Amino acid sequence: MKQELVYKKYSEKAILIEWPAKIDEKTLQNLLNYKKSIENYYNELIVEVIIGYNSLLICYVYTINDIYSEFSSLKSLYNPDSVLPFKEKVIWEIPVCYSPVLAPDLEFFSKTKSLAIHEIISLHTAPIYTVYFIGFLPGFLYLGGMDQKLNLARKNTPSKHVQKGAVAIGGNQTGVYPADSPGGWHVIGMSPVDLFDSNSNTPCVISSGDLIQFISISEKEYNAKKTLIDTNNFTLSSRLL
Amino acid sequence: MKGKVKIIQPGFFSTIQDEGRFGFSKYGVPRSGAMDKISYRLANSLLGNKENSACIEWALVPPELHFYEPTSIVLTGSEIDAFLNDKKIQMYHQIKVNKGDIFTASICKNKVYGYVGIKNGFLSKNVLNSRSFYKSITDQSKLNTLDEIAYQSNDLYSNQFSSFSSPFSSASDLRIEVYKGPEFDLLNTDSKTKLLNSDFTISKSLNRMAIQLVEKLPNDIPPILSSPVLPGTVQLTPSGTLIVLMRDCQTTGGYPRIFQLTESAINTIAQKRVGETFNFTLIE
Repeated sequence: MKQELVYKKYSEKAILIEWPAKIDEKTLQNLLNYKKSIENYYNELIVEVIIGYNSLLICYVYTINDIYSEFSSLKSLYNPDSVLPFKEKVIWEIPVCYSPVLAPDLEFFSKTKSLAIHEIISLHTAPIYTVYFIGFLPGFLYLGGMDQKLNLARKNTPSKHVQKGAVAIGGNQTGVYPADSPGGWHVIGMSPVDLFDSNSNTPCVISSGDLIQFISISEKEYNAKKTLIDTNNFTLSSRLL
Repeated sequence: MKGKVKIIQPGFFSTIQDEGRFGFSKYGVPRSGAMDKISYRLANSLLGNKENSACIEWALVPPELHFYEPTSIVLTGSEIDAFLNDKKIQMYHQIKVNKGDIFTASICKNKVYGYVGIKNGFLSKNVLNSRSFYKSITDQSKLNTLDEIAYQSNDLYSNQFSSFSSPFSSASDLRIEVYKGPEFDLLNTDSKTKLLNSDFTISKSLNRMAIQLVEKLPNDIPPILSSPVLPGTVQLTPSGTLIVLMRDCQTTGGYPRIFQLTESAINTIAQKRVGETFNFTLIE
């Protein structure tokens, strides 16, 4: 099936390409594939390609002179039917402590959704989530695959301070706060892991297209892992699909 | 020889800034960089510096600085009465600094951001190809009293071609030039007319991440799937607030993108103070 993509001028140095507005893995694969072709073709002529759920923003180094000829050269690089080389997918295991002691909104969430805490845990840890992209904060993963039984609209007034490591739900999305930040999502758990290290050349080991699974841990395990991480004795575990 | 500058008073939200951090959006890292790139680049040009040299950026209140070794500096941006050891010095002019000199200045008279450029740039830590401060990327998010920043000391001083008679006039800054944002066409006719025919005011809520505008616009566009944004993107929130994203903005957002400011309009709006008005002018 040939999807209709929309090409728009975004600024004097940027072009936006949009897919139909939906979150699915086929779009993600198309988008990552297209991103790669664009990066290979333009190389040093572009600063970077920023991705969202259903769009690519191509940031050029220089001002775009002829937008329509640029659109057509971009279009010639798109091949939605190209078969991707088989690549084994990585599943990252993110430990999460789902405890009302650590997670400020867990009891509210449980009451509002009429779900017992153990039900929330099993619904949240069952899926294998897909990492669509990283945005909002350095190291914040946009995940797809949450069970819709956990869907809860964002807070009307965002919290001023959400703690680093907070595992939260906002609408039909879930994610982990990689740093202290204001935020409007409901915090249902805490993870001890560091998702972002600015002193590393690869500041975030997880990337678009990878997979995530949340693993429920006790408060005791949380504290033990936190100590290991604070002393740099912890590596995020992963397995191949 | 290594020189250093000690921050006697940090001023208000003073940071180290260069062009910014490019190519790390895939990790969700903001671009950062000088709020007013024109003033920032002028400081480096007047010093004959390399393009990406780091300057001190301050907002409304300039810092007080103690220089430990000889160098040259240039002041650009927001207009101030500046002094080196109580002797008045000019802006937009290369100033020779001797060992032990102390820089002070009055609160700025116009605009918001000012720059202190130094020969060969300030040498704070380079993280992910940039020295621009950003919380959770660099160790510090702003300069504090008694901080020390390194620079390469420089005894050679040449005053040739190194001044600028007067800073750019700000008379024509009422127009903020914009491109249509990706969601602009989803707005109803009333909203489009209002956006393009009324004045907008800078609110008190402004920082390096974003500037909120006072006037509201009824919003009947649903939220969008999180999509890329850039400095200069104007978002419309569900409650109808217009937000102009600035240099430290995040890489993606879920609010409709109504406009994109031109590169030069980003520099212009950065220098607007609380209560100043302007209008959006659509181009192309």
